[in-house]
Amino acid sequence: MKTMVEEIGKTVEGDLIINVGPQHPATHGVLHLVITLNGETIKKVEPHLGYIHRSIEKMCESLTYRQFIYTTSRMDYLSAHINNHACAMVVEKALQIEVPARAQVIRVLMDELTRIASHELWWGAMAMDLGAFTPFFHAFRERETINDIMEETCGARLTMNYNVPGGVMADLHPNFVERVKNFLKLYKLKIHEYDELVTGNIIFQNRMKGVGFLSAEDAISYGVTGPAARGSGVSCDVRKHFPYEIYQQLQFDEILETAGDSFARYMVRLREMNESIKIIEQLIDMIPEGDFQAKTKAVLKLPKGEFFQSVETARGELGVYIVSEGGTTPYRIKFRSPGFSNLSALNHMTTGEKLGDLVASMGTLDLVIPDIDR
Amino acid sequence: MFSLESLTTIVHNWLNKTFQPNLALLIEFVIVGVLAIALFAMLGLVLVLMERKVAAWIQIRLGPNRVGPKGMLQSLADTVKLIMKEGLTPDGADKFLFNLAPYIVMISAMMVLAPIGFAKGFQIWDINIGVLYVSAISSVSVIGILMAGWSSNNKYSLLGAMRSGAQMVSYELSVGLSILSIIVLTGSLSLNDIVLSQQNGWWIFKAHIPALISFVIFIIAVTAETNRAPFDLSEAESELTAGFHTEYSGMKFALFFLAEYINIFIVCAIGATLFFGGWMPLHIGSWEGFNHIMDYIPSSIWFFGKTFFLIFLIMWFRWTFPRLRVDQLLNLEWKYLLPISMFNLLLMTLVAIMGWHF
Amino acid sequence: MLKEELTIIIKELLPNAVIEEAGEWLNCSLEASEFKQAALQLRNFNQMPFDFLFCLTCVDWKTHFTMVYHLRSKKTNDNIVIKVKLNRDTPEIDTVSDIWRTAEFHEREVFDLFGIIFLQHPDLRRLLLTDDWVGYPLRKDYDDPINMIKL
Repeated sequence: MKTMVEEIGKTVEGDLIINVGPQHPATHGVLHLVITLNGETIKKVEPHLGYIHRSIEKMCESLTYRQFIYTTSRMDYLSAHINNHACAMVVEKALQIEVPARAQVIRVLMDELTRIASHELWWGAMAMDLGAFTPFFHAFRERETINDIMEETCGARLTMNYNVPGGVMADLHPNFVERVKNFLKLYKLKIHEYDELVTGNIIFQNRMKGVGFLSAEDAISYGVTGPAARGSGVSCDVRKHFPYEIYQQLQFDEILETAGDSFARYMVRLREMNESIKIIEQLIDMIPEGDFQAKTKAVLKLPKGEFFQSVETARGELGVYIVSEGGTTPYRIKFRSPGFSNLSALNHMTTGEKLGDLVASMGTLDLVIPDIDR
Repeated sequence: MFSLESLTTIVHNWLNKTFQPNLALLIEFVIVGVLAIALFAMLGLVLVLMERKVAAWIQIRLGPNRVGPKGMLQSLADTVKLIMKEGLTPDGADKFLFNLAPYIVMISAMMVLAPIGFAKGFQIWDINIGVLYVSAISSVSVIGILMAGWSSNNKYSLLGAMRSGAQMVSYELSVGLSILSIIVLTGSLSLNDIVLSQQNGWWIFKAHIPALISFVIFIIAVTAETNRAPFDLSEAESELTAGFHTEYSGMKFALFFLAEYINIFIVCAIGATLFFGGWMPLHIGSWEGFNHIMDYIPSSIWFFGKTFFLIFLIMWFRWTFPRLRVDQLLNLEWKYLLPISMFNLLLMTLVAIMGWHF
Repeated sequence: MLKEELTIIIKELLPNAVIEEAGEWLNCSLEASEFKQAALQLRNFNQMPFDFLFCLTCVDWKTHFTMVYHLRSKKTNDNIVIKVKLNRDTPEIDTVSDIWRTAEFHEREVFDLFGIIFLQHPDLRRLLLTDDWVGYPLRKDYDDPINMIKL
């Protein structure tokens, strides 16, 4: 077993060790990176995790199958709804509950709205990390609209707690369809601003092109999923490969870029927002009537066995693995979080580059630290 | 029309009547000194508030609007706060240099106020090497920044100060060359002569293409000189906390902060003087009637109007563009701006010799 | 590919594996001593290289540990689950971080929370908990009177 002191002792003359975080003027949460620098060139990046480790996996061993869903909202809080969706689906898969069509459509609509909100915040924070302070406010203008829609139906703006095993907790608010349509209009009006202000800016492109290169083989080997892997050309969208709910019937593209650098990852996320808009447009006028929740017992007991379900969150593939011994609480739960694997590729991506490039690469990986630490 | 020139003449005559000539001179020194410091302080306050309001306007929000009508007394509140804060000196810091650094930056900023002409006849010191003086004194602030970074005993400050030093020294070259191209036309380094030579039109209109190129290079280089975004990586908050002034707090931090804004004012004033005519109203060649109308607007309003327009331009840059990486920044200077400005100087010389300007 | 066809292929590749019947995906149990060899074979299998390790975890069955590896082949989108049973007193297993680079962090996390030693791991130390933490929290016999609240 080695300790950090012994690790630091291995540096050569002329190396500088600096800490970035855990208190960050930028966003990303409590991430502590110990960076070994030689001048301005990075030699090694070592993440120190655990500042927000709440042992969710151990906690869930004493929560019932209805209760543990809500701990996942606090993991990757930007795609809280999608996390809850994964947990609800695992329980439904184990108990073989059939989710009514209306609930499925509502879940997918909320998923895609959450994905857009998460990417908006990513875009604003990414631009702010690179020094352009204005896009943050523009991004939040759209995000606030989505939050208000969520608040009306689900009751909360961030940790929505809307999914239950069997469907959704309550029916849609009567204003929902109209508000979403207004949001679509606003989005289409403003999306060109994003390209003009940030994407087309030559300073921005110079900061991002050729920076943080990740090849396709390395992406698969490091377990990188989501837009970070799609920027390197790895096709890994769970909605396409292992479709769940009604994704099979929807028309949308999986955005792939082959360049593998930060700019490619940036473009993937930007275009994914457009794809989510396409999905919402296909569904918003055709929400079927019916139940919003299937009838389930009050106390759920999963049969003995193991169950796994993946979903595509805004960051990548989230997997929920439950080992059940037949009781009302899980015997072991493991959350395969996308951020954990994405972070492990950071050292590989940034060795040999400058400190400013680290910020750009970290931004395009879109890390949310509670997701990594659980 | 009311003009500041008549005011100075009135005060001068009254003083010479009432006191002996030497004493009158001394009193004039004192008055000018007090006015300079007052201008310094006022400008600092106004520019800080202007920055916050401009930033808010660009970012679709309101900015400070609680303290005073429309938030105008916000700067005053900030000053009181900074004065009351504890000024910490870190343990391992070199005490003498640590305390000296903000004053060097401040003093060099104040000294450059001397040759600038604020209005017709309202200039503290019309030195015959005005432009050279400005260029030389503004280079002294680099020493202050390096001192601050070194004496803080902090890795981030050191990194920030070194980046900043490299940046400022490189971009001074481009500033100098673009200023030189206007000097070629005027034939004199004195700022008053430069303004008077724009009697029949501003240089940016008279010497068309080379002056425009000069102006663009000047604005870019001057944004880099004063460590403003998109060249502000020495204070890049997301990377290095606060760069060379991380360890400063209280009044010393306030001095750095104010000195930055005064530097912006000074370089914009120089830009306005060289390219846009300083306090000279907009005259077009020999259109007597038009020129006469333009003369009704007092020259101080012309000067401050032009300067604040350039300041607004620089603030606009800050809130629009992301930040350049340090090697990209130095790349920009040495591989692009410097060759272009040298070529432009040649072009301007050609234009001046052949008389191809208005 | 259907589970039956996959079963035939994997039985041919890993003759010593014990195939379990239940489960959504193919579950194979292996011995700890032959695990590394089997992992290399799976990774380099030409027909469907299992190059994506998407979940690495451990389950504490009070008498023994079971390491669970979820693998996926990007070429054919097939999933397979490898289980390795470990001794409770000396839980040791070979590392797979040289085959799948993602295992580096995952194995550190399992070491941190369960105490399983991964042989030849390049940098085995605690990841999520502080360096001076005593004990392995996710084990079933972990008792911490201060931090754990028993209802």
